[in-house]
Amino acid sequence: MARIELDHIRHAYMANPQSADDYALKEVHHQWSDGGAYALLGPSGCGKTTLLNIISGLLKPSEGQIRFNGTDVTNLSTEERNIAQVFQFPVVYDTMTVFDNLAFPLRNRGLPEADVKKRVTETLEMLDLSDRANKRARGLTADQKQKISLGRGLVRRDVNAILFDEPLTVIDPHLKWVLRSELKKLHRRFGFTMVYVTHDQTEALTFADKVVVMYEGEIVQIGTPDELFRKPAHTFVGYFIGSPGMNIVPIKLDQGRARLGEHVIDMPGATPMPGKMELGIRPEFVTLGREGMPVSISKVEDIGRHRIVRAQLADHDIAVVVPEDGDIPADPRVTFVPEGINLYADSRRVETRG
Amino acid sequence: MLELKGVTKMVGAETHISDINLTLEPGTLNVLLGPTLSGKTSLMRLMAGLDRPTSGQVFFRGKDVTGVSVQKRDVAMVYQQFINYPALTVYENIASPMRVAGVDKATIDREVRKAAELLKLTPMLKRTPLNLSGGQQQRTALARAIVKNAGLVLLDEPLANLDYKLREELRLELPRIFAESGAIFVYATTEPSEALLLGGNTATLSEGRVTQFGPTIDVYREPADILTAETFADPPLNVIDVVKRNGRFVMEDEASVPAQGALASLADGPYRMAFHPHQLRLERLGEDHAPIKARVTVTEITGSESFIHLDFAGQKWVALVHGIHEFEPDAMVEAYIDPRHIMIFDAQDRRAMAPSSLAA
Amino acid sequence: MEKTYNNKAWFLVLPVLVLVAFSAVIPLMTVVNYSVQDTFGNNVFFWAGTEWFEQVLTSSRFHGALIRSLSFSLVILAIQIPLGIFVALNMPRKGIGVPICLVLMALPLLIPWNVVGTIWQVFGRGDIGLLGYTLRTLGISYNYATDPWHAWITVVVMDVWHWTSLVVLLCYAGLVSIPDAYYQAAKIDGASRWSVFRYIQLPKMNRVLLIAVLLRFMDSFMIYTEPFVVTGGGPGSATNFLSIDLVKMAIGQFDLGPAAAMSIVYFLIILALSWVFYTVMTNYDTANR
Repeated sequence: MARIELDHIRHAYMANPQSADDYALKEVHHQWSDGGAYALLGPSGCGKTTLLNIISGLLKPSEGQIRFNGTDVTNLSTEERNIAQVFQFPVVYDTMTVFDNLAFPLRNRGLPEADVKKRVTETLEMLDLSDRANKRARGLTADQKQKISLGRGLVRRDVNAILFDEPLTVIDPHLKWVLRSELKKLHRRFGFTMVYVTHDQTEALTFADKVVVMYEGEIVQIGTPDELFRKPAHTFVGYFIGSPGMNIVPIKLDQGRARLGEHVIDMPGATPMPGKMELGIRPEFVTLGREGMPVSISKVEDIGRHRIVRAQLADHDIAVVVPEDGDIPADPRVTFVPEGINLYADSRRVETRG
Repeated sequence: MLELKGVTKMVGAETHISDINLTLEPGTLNVLLGPTLSGKTSLMRLMAGLDRPTSGQVFFRGKDVTGVSVQKRDVAMVYQQFINYPALTVYENIASPMRVAGVDKATIDREVRKAAELLKLTPMLKRTPLNLSGGQQQRTALARAIVKNAGLVLLDEPLANLDYKLREELRLELPRIFAESGAIFVYATTEPSEALLLGGNTATLSEGRVTQFGPTIDVYREPADILTAETFADPPLNVIDVVKRNGRFVMEDEASVPAQGALASLADGPYRMAFHPHQLRLERLGEDHAPIKARVTVTEITGSESFIHLDFAGQKWVALVHGIHEFEPDAMVEAYIDPRHIMIFDAQDRRAMAPSSLAA
Repeated sequence: MEKTYNNKAWFLVLPVLVLVAFSAVIPLMTVVNYSVQDTFGNNVFFWAGTEWFEQVLTSSRFHGALIRSLSFSLVILAIQIPLGIFVALNMPRKGIGVPICLVLMALPLLIPWNVVGTIWQVFGRGDIGLLGYTLRTLGISYNYATDPWHAWITVVVMDVWHWTSLVVLLCYAGLVSIPDAYYQAAKIDGASRWSVFRYIQLPKMNRVLLIAVLLRFMDSFMIYTEPFVVTGGGPGSATNFLSIDLVKMAIGQFDLGPAAAMSIVYFLIILALSWVFYTVMTNYDTANR
């Protein structure tokens, strides 16, 4: 397992990039710790797959250096980097048995057959596939095939990192839960360095210790799920994480208070500054009741465990999460929970207190 | 109105669709919810007339259309893959069904622009599909289905290949788009949350059977049997065998939940108890909430909520709780079951009693 | 359910029935008719029973032609299938090279059979043909008209030149359908070039290879035009394949009875062998599931 250092990495698919916009991946300069579980999260075209391919060695970055445990691997090929990868669609060797599939990477590296047998048996045990060892891989279901793809990485105890490229795309929702928690258990037990690419926030947040949110070729925030939820560094993070995303409304800022239309919201510690000022508040931190700012409700979506209320507040659309048994008054008003309020200047978060 | 009467589809010796009876009203959105291979696509093909049922009949607007081919039916379809004519512009793509039908130019132009406006495609009308994002390509396919002005619009997991956030946005727009047309919409999905967000009616499918059909939220709240409840649960339902005695549902290691309201009148004996993960809480909210002790296997945090995977008496359970709760694996936690939100199923896995009769 | 039966629908298939009758059934029955009768012309026929069949099946001339045809097909398969796979594996997957290669590959397939034969006949001649002349200048004696081996080599090389690209195109179609992820995964697993071929490319080409083998077998077993144009079955009877022999017997000697019997035997052999190929290969395919 390895620490991954991304040293001033930039990548452009065109030959002579001129401006920053020509780069599919703008400057990335980070260090990812050994044994960490990282998720690269963002919409399609945000550069997350580019970054993954740079780590796996399929792509050589236009600029910068990538190091595993301090060793420069920028010019090494995929096989020399000693990594494992699980792809979007399960890759199994159809004509081999499950056992042979897992043994394949070991036999290719010339391991003695006795060791191969021992390690493969152990790995099959870990993945709960022991009973299928002698079945042909072709007849298996998508989730079992995906486990085999993972297994081919796990049998090699010395891999530097395991990379996942949207591995749950073809898996049914019920099985997604099972596979995801099994992955998490395996990580806990064996401490691989894992990098997981996805556009699905739930997958990213539940899988990773640190989520790397990408937007238009840039990393906009790296943080724990909790940080991304409570203190999104960028309005994009607020929007992209959470379902529904953060409510972002333009405000005018005076000393210690924000004005939203005719309403005034206390924001101790906030000082006026140049640029576009916005207030961000998660639907979970908006309280619907008989006090506060009046809103007009346009729609209520009952999604079982809670309801999402769509409303207008001073001509801006906002969403409010109301618990399953919470009530929606006839003259609805909202208040913002102070801890949930974030302040943004030109889309970047501004610290307001201490 | 689309009616299916005893529709069965066999392929060789395999039953793909088994004795389905459904009545879909015009102007409604109907969700077909079920896992892969539960028969959603097979059922849609039968509704469209792409396949002929082995037995049973299909009525459309009161007429028997069982053997009528898809060309002669009034049907539009949208698939999971973005299917557009790659050489045509978005405008021509949307216009194509009307061109085939021989509609006059002025009407085509009006309809295309209306649909493009509805689906936010107006700036892209002159582009070809290959220069569009996945979301825009699927909007084009949707617009084409809408201008066709068909009486039956079938959507087979139309959002499955889209980004999470795009899916969320389109999902929000779809009911509004559907509401503007008087057609019958049928929407297949594997995701319970999608069904709930879309609203309308839901038919839950399992192994080629419709296990229940009704307003979406009612099917979710009042599943008639355990199959429906499991199909309609994300995260998966928590299930355990219980024995009712002395007015309580007793679980394996003597933990028990009081039988309240109508459940109290159930006969003593073995049952299966199930409840949604968000009904398993870490704090005791009421005197009658039943405590259990369980071992943590994994904790997953989504920011606002935590999914705590538990092992209770050999059952894999999940507790979905608000806020951040990190537990070490193998830690023992105390969790509480709300007796008002349990579902009890009998030996045939049918619902023994509905909780709504108690909640009041 | 009440069904209305309408027998008028049968009229709609009538044209097809007529077409099939004239194109297949009637000629075939004529052949069967000839095979069991004897004639000396003037439309006078005598019942011959199974005599012609016995004569054909026991004649050494037929045995010789059959063995030559079978050997030819086996040689053709042994060369064209591996060569086709090899070329397909080395064709570019993207870029400007793809259309160029595809057009080059399709070219021989577009040339009519007799033209192919004529090209090679001229090409191999020692006096004016480029190949024959070059070989002679290099001091290699080469004459397909007199040396049986040279005749064989010429016919085989000609067929390889003409038809290998069909195998290439079929294999190429199978290869390009393999997603990139498979190659990446194999790289990560440290697979050798051979393993990639054995465990990824070959299994994915399975189906197209089945089609390629079947097509090439049937075609080469029935080869007529090219050897007829180049060697005319000679020297001696060295390249006298079944089809050529059949024509010689029917048209050259006007032995309609034995020729008809022979063509029926010929037809049944092709049918039987194709069936064997097909079952063996599809069984192999399902056994791998």
